[in-house]
Amino acid sequence: MIGPQPVAVASAPLARRNPVAKLAAALLFSVVLIATLDPVAPAIAIAVELAVLPLFGVRYRVLARRAWPLLVSAVGIVVTLVLFAAERSGRVLVEAGPVAVTSGVLLTALGLVLRMIAVALPGVIVFATTDATDLADALIQNARAPARFAIGALAAFRLVPLLGQEWQAISMARRARGVDAGRNPVAKLRLFVSTAFALLVGAIRRGTRLAVAMDARGFDAGVPRTTARRQRFTAADALLVAGAVALGGAALTASILLGTFRPLIG
Amino acid sequence: MGAVTLRGFGWRHAGRKRWAVRGVDLRVEAGERVLLLGPSGAGKSTLLAALAGLLPEDSGEQEGTVEIDGLDPRKARERVGIVFQDPETQLVMARCGDDVAFGLENRGVPADEIWPRVDEALRRVGFPYDRDRPTAALSGGEQQRLALAGALALRPGLLLLDEPTANLDPPGAALVRTAVAGALDADTTLVLVEHRVAEALPLVDRVVVLEPGGGVRADGSPDEVFGAHGDALAAEGVWVPGRTVPARRGTATPGEVLLTADRLGLPPRLAPTDLQVRAGEALAVLGPNGAGKSTLALLLGGLVKPGTGTVAASAALAGRDARTPPHRWRAPALATRIGSVFQDPEHQFVTGTVFDELALGPRRTGRPEAEVRSTVDDLLARLRLTALAGANPYTLSGGEARRLSVATALATAPRLLICDEPTFGQDRRTWLELVDLFADLRDAGHGVVAVTHDAEFVAALADRQLALSRGPSSGATP
Repeated sequence: MIGPQPVAVASAPLARRNPVAKLAAALLFSVVLIATLDPVAPAIAIAVELAVLPLFGVRYRVLARRAWPLLVSAVGIVVTLVLFAAERSGRVLVEAGPVAVTSGVLLTALGLVLRMIAVALPGVIVFATTDATDLADALIQNARAPARFAIGALAAFRLVPLLGQEWQAISMARRARGVDAGRNPVAKLRLFVSTAFALLVGAIRRGTRLAVAMDARGFDAGVPRTTARRQRFTAADALLVAGAVALGGAALTASILLGTFRPLIG
Repeated sequence: MGAVTLRGFGWRHAGRKRWAVRGVDLRVEAGERVLLLGPSGAGKSTLLAALAGLLPEDSGEQEGTVEIDGLDPRKARERVGIVFQDPETQLVMARCGDDVAFGLENRGVPADEIWPRVDEALRRVGFPYDRDRPTAALSGGEQQRLALAGALALRPGLLLLDEPTANLDPPGAALVRTAVAGALDADTTLVLVEHRVAEALPLVDRVVVLEPGGGVRADGSPDEVFGAHGDALAAEGVWVPGRTVPARRGTATPGEVLLTADRLGLPPRLAPTDLQVRAGEALAVLGPNGAGKSTLALLLGGLVKPGTGTVAASAALAGRDARTPPHRWRAPALATRIGSVFQDPEHQFVTGTVFDELALGPRRTGRPEAEVRSTVDDLLARLRLTALAGANPYTLSGGEARRLSVATALATAPRLLICDEPTFGQDRRTWLELVDLFADLRDAGHGVVAVTHDAEFVAALADRQLALSRGPSSGATP
């Protein structure tokens, strides 16, 4: 959904914030929304998320292009629930054969979909506005993540785009060797599994070589590491996190005041 | 700084019967420039790994001692820098400057010293871009120069280079050699492993030859070593300078047309190209990186659907199937008509042993088991792989893997063979065997197309050349 390169305008006021602050803000904002099953709180949250989007330097058009799989799965959930949900309370809106669409079903489906979007969007925004290297740096410097983990993951992440090319190369090599599946679905599955296995073997070999090269340059050798790129966690970053908590809380409060609040537990 | 002492050194990887390297006595003084030679399997890479402190004590068994400035290499890691063969797997970070800084961060260099040292290292290797350049946007030669800068930024007393140009095209390899020549301090010790001796000689003042069974066979100035051991080394696969290779030009006139490409292209990777391949001829496809040579090989091999134009097989190649383009043939039919050899041999391996690998194609095309067995035995013998029949293809050396990948394409007896850089990084012995093999095929009436950068290979084998350019299409020249 989100490529390895940020897609936002890097100089936007909130895009420039510390990656750890952005991540914390997104997580805290989402956690609040998971607490309720009603459609009102997530609807308010989505409105808030869309409203702050320009502050992160993300254009609406870019977001729509990047987040379309999210919308597709949202539609899928609505259709599935409307057709198959066991709960059939409320007024019947449409009746077609065995399918009866009731207001209760529609409300549940809507609540679920809005929650999914509201929880996913902050993550989309964070990764659209954050460079992977900056995130690893900030995780090490501001969140005390072990460098072994953060830099290791970053290096592995860099090899991911190669996997697509590798898959193609393996598939073509197999065809050249006389291996194809034709129209037989079982053979297709077997070919898929064996191609995936070859890809995995290649990825492990490459990963091992990379690990040796990193080892040779003193990675994780027990010497305290210094940092070439400084990441600072400033008052503005703290403010972003506080703002996210406040807005999430406000959405929840509104839902309680309107009487639609349905706690997840209890 | 950077003096190396080996006394009776040997190393056996855990789980292996054979010693990777054994009985090596060697002293390299600080500031010496040494070319380390030896036939494939003599243990050159293992020796470099030992010097770099990259052989953990629990990963094998050691004999004798190895010391860098009197220290165990595992404790002298900050004195040693190493550059490996594969550019893809030694760059760690997404931006060039960050990648050079990576080693400095690991060694705990104070933050305010890091960027001046990064800039200095980039300048010394003649790196043409600024620090923010994405590492993914570099060519192979540029990536290797960056890896060299990453090693030099740590100011090693001993620099180890393990075939740093083997995966590069000639211009990229030249860039890296220039960078090495210009970047070394007078007191930096260099140990270089490289097949292409003539290109490496300007960088070194001493040549050490490892004996495959153990020990050092020869040690001295290049003139001394090649004067006394040149013939034996050449026979074992070392590219000894000044030795020509015999040409194997075609003897008969080419026969019928096998494959015709008409305005064949795949935008933006390949501009429309015309060519014909005949039975009994070897066609070399040349051109700079980015001209689409590999793409052309895939299109001719029936592995990719053409973007523009057509590929048409003749009835001589495909019988009744000649009416459909090769990319729509079923794979077993394709394998009996057009064989493809990929640049990376490992992509081609599908099974767990060398024998099964060779038997796969014939079995898929429905040959009886007795015939499969005789075909496989014949190929194993022809390509010196009989002793490895039970080995896993992924454990083979570079030369063995290349010979196997060619053999797998031949197992289904295709009339037309298409190879992408078949001689890349090969030692002289494998190289000569490949030329002979392709020449024999050609003389037996097969068509051979080779995409290659290797000018000597073209001179030795090709009956005709096709030069691709980065611009619009060009036709075949006689």
